[in-house]
Amino acid sequence: MTIDGAKGLIMDEPLIFERNSEGRSGVLPAPCDVPEADLESLIPKSLLRDGAAGFPEVSEIDAVRHYTRLSQWNFGVDTGFYPLGSCTMKYNPKVNEAVSRLEGFTMLHPYQPEALAQGALRLMHELEAYLCEISGMDAVTLQPSAGAHGELCGLLMIAAYFKDRKRPRHKVIIPDTAHGTNPASSHLAGFKVVPVKSEGKGVLSASAIEAVMDEDTAALMLTNPNTLGLFERNIKEIAAIVHKKGGFVYCDGANLNAVMGLAKLGDLGVDVVQLNLHKTFSTPHGGGGPGSGPVGVRKALEPYLPAPRIRKAGKKYSLVYDRPRTIGRLKAFYGNFSIMVRAYSYIRRMGGEGLKRASIVAILNANYMKERLKDTLSLAFDEPCMHECVFSDKLQAENGVTTMDMAKRLIDYGFHPPTVYFPLVVPGAIMVEPTETETLETLDSFIEAVKKIDAEAKASPELLKNAPLNTKVRRVDETRAAREPVLRWKG
Amino acid sequence: MEFPKDFKYTKEHEWIKVEGNIATVGITDYAQDSLGDVVYVELPQEGGTVTKNEPFGVVESVKAVSDLYSPVSGNVTEVNDAIIDSPEAINEDPYGDAWMIKVEISSADDLGDLLSAEDYQKFIEEEK
Repeated sequence: MTIDGAKGLIMDEPLIFERNSEGRSGVLPAPCDVPEADLESLIPKSLLRDGAAGFPEVSEIDAVRHYTRLSQWNFGVDTGFYPLGSCTMKYNPKVNEAVSRLEGFTMLHPYQPEALAQGALRLMHELEAYLCEISGMDAVTLQPSAGAHGELCGLLMIAAYFKDRKRPRHKVIIPDTAHGTNPASSHLAGFKVVPVKSEGKGVLSASAIEAVMDEDTAALMLTNPNTLGLFERNIKEIAAIVHKKGGFVYCDGANLNAVMGLAKLGDLGVDVVQLNLHKTFSTPHGGGGPGSGPVGVRKALEPYLPAPRIRKAGKKYSLVYDRPRTIGRLKAFYGNFSIMVRAYSYIRRMGGEGLKRASIVAILNANYMKERLKDTLSLAFDEPCMHECVFSDKLQAENGVTTMDMAKRLIDYGFHPPTVYFPLVVPGAIMVEPTETETLETLDSFIEAVKKIDAEAKASPELLKNAPLNTKVRRVDETRAAREPVLRWKG
Repeated sequence: MEFPKDFKYTKEHEWIKVEGNIATVGITDYAQDSLGDVVYVELPQEGGTVTKNEPFGVVESVKAVSDLYSPVSGNVTEVNDAIIDSPEAINEDPYGDAWMIKVEISSADDLGDLLSAEDYQKFIEEEK
């Protein structure tokens, strides 16, 4: 079997500023054919720089080589297997990129009159309907620009609902298998967080919620499947407990990649959900965005959705601003539109059956990984998993080898390391999410690499301590980087 | 791994040393070992108050960010600002140089459910 990681020639490259040579230029400007004016006669002196801006002066080919070389140092999902999965970046079909770059979409101006943006409004309106169908919600806003933004949006709506009824509630219950953003969003929305431990097999029990749920609790905020990759199988019973006390069930939809087409969260008792279009619906987001976190709600919360809403009357689409109970606007204009285009294109290309199949294959791939690796890596919970499975470094710890060492060594084999040290409930966690797009051969080569690393951990643990060995930059001192960050080039 | 006998401990891995009505609080050797290299710590202001079982600060390592939970309620009389500039002290000397806050204990009842060194050691064995 071929293991992808191999050492080749990697070109070194200094910072572009270090390539600077005064007076050198990439282009020869045409001679000036208008009279030259003194800058200070045009722009107030207070707004002018004291000196030159300090742009690097390089030749064209030096600039081209500089950025080409930097691009070759990257590792992305287009380079190799990237088992961070949909959490960070699953493979996104290129056709959706092409669709999002159609001129009719890219040349739109946000202030364009509605009559001239009917296609865009229609796309958004239809995308809302698709997301309602997928999530089982009654209404969706496309405005939030990322997952945590969507969480905040959902929580603000819940807060507004109780405030409206003159009975504000102050608490949100969050299990320890939630995403870290959940408690952060709750705090931001003014709630006090009540933590709950998952029991036994890594899922929430009804009794744990029963014990803390009361009439000052606005919502339970959970992720399903949870961050251990396990399906919260008691969710219906748990939702009933929350509803009985008048609370809402908020589901963080970050892990939708395992349930789309298989289970509607609305059918499971969920009242509010944010859908991370940049995780599940074909948008690259590893570089930090832009993202899109539409929020779906049940009817009771619909009046609180951010304005404007999109209305369809006959064949005409319009934006509605007159929403007296709205929580307001969360984002300039209408959200990150080009991400919506990708999601729309993805959903239309896949169709209902295709989305369901994507979830099924994502689950199958993760379970394959789990079964094939469970004798090599300690499995946190030996349960059927959803789209991701969680191991730990317990077995390798005997040889003094940690999760970090194994993660670094995987780089030598040509793989991006999986998520490490998360979720926090599993010490030394290694979370593998292969996603639906990877072939059996790719999964097998990753498994092979992990087994080799396990053998190395026994035979020569110091090799792992020094990994990665094949990369341009060897192991970096992450501690020093965090303790003494150097954030500025010397210049 | 050491657990001084004259200290008390919490299940959230803080230690507490009580002298009169003043409690000194920090995190245990086990906590610093599990966290790995600590790179950042956030502590309350001197003169502020802390509440038993509620977060009083944050400790961040290369692996994770964790809340610090106060073992007692009371007024913060002193804060160890030195560890903010050199968080490595938490790894090097968790029971000495890296104490975090001193609290004037508001109620001695708060001390009732704290763990002895022996019980804490048993607890972390089970947690493993």
